[in-house]
Amino acid sequence: MVADIGFWVLGLVAVMAGAAVFYVNSMARATYALALSFIAVGLQVLFLQQNYVGVVIILMMVMEMAVMAVYMVMFMGMNPALMPMSMVHDSKKALAVAIGTFLTLAAGVLLVDWPARRVAPPAEVTRALGEELMGPKMLVMAVISPVMVATIVAGVVLAAHRTRYDRFGDDLNHRPADDPQPGGVGR
Amino acid sequence: MTLEATLLIAAAIFSVGLYGAISQQVVVMVMMGLELMINAVILAAAGFWWFLAPHPTGQVLLLVIIAAMTVEMAMGFAVATHLHRERHADMTDMATDLSG
Repeated sequence: MVADIGFWVLGLVAVMAGAAVFYVNSMARATYALALSFIAVGLQVLFLQQNYVGVVIILMMVMEMAVMAVYMVMFMGMNPALMPMSMVHDSKKALAVAIGTFLTLAAGVLLVDWPARRVAPPAEVTRALGEELMGPKMLVMAVISPVMVATIVAGVVLAAHRTRYDRFGDDLNHRPADDPQPGGVGR
Repeated sequence: MTLEATLLIAAAIFSVGLYGAISQQVVVMVMMGLELMINAVILAAAGFWWFLAPHPTGQVLLLVIIAAMTVEMAMGFAVATHLHRERHADMTDMATDLSG
């Protein structure tokens, strides 16, 4: 009973904090509202006995939202922590689409005759996940790893101000390097 | 705590994220909407896993979803940084080159 109430309260917090992201009038507050929503969902995942995944979600999202808050202070045109803002288009249409989506999904959830649980959960869920990852499902992690590396490379290439191609030309043969502030002794 | 309750909460979070992704003009706010939608997918997947088939394989799928969210976030920030540097643009309406 207590678990049920806790689960619903967390669900309510997750939804309300998610709505607050688009309701509050500063981007910094929006970021923290999103972090709160993620923490609530992470705790709900803990309620669903997935300790490892739940903790990963909470830790990762808190860090990610901290980065996001710094990012917005850096790049947005106005002072995002202080200046009220409302930048939406087609708000009413978007609201109608969102409500329609919720009603459709809710109807599906309530009308479908969900089957009963087929297998019993493992005694130690986290241990079972670790053994799965280190055994039969290692390929999944092996595939995710190069994707992550590719993301790092692509992210740096996109976000970098100047790269070696700016300095040495497209064929990397241009010498001396084209730098905004030339160095060396003029030889 | 039932599967229906979990999925209803996930549907509500997904719909809120959808509203944000459609209506917001600032690139970062659109990304926040997408994040909320993936957040809902995580919750729904966790609910399916626990209430229908609690085999460890399902948790691996959850980890893949979380990894996808990380990739989306990192690339989104990189593209937004590039956009800001090249055009001083932070709104989706200022980057419509590929629309239509």
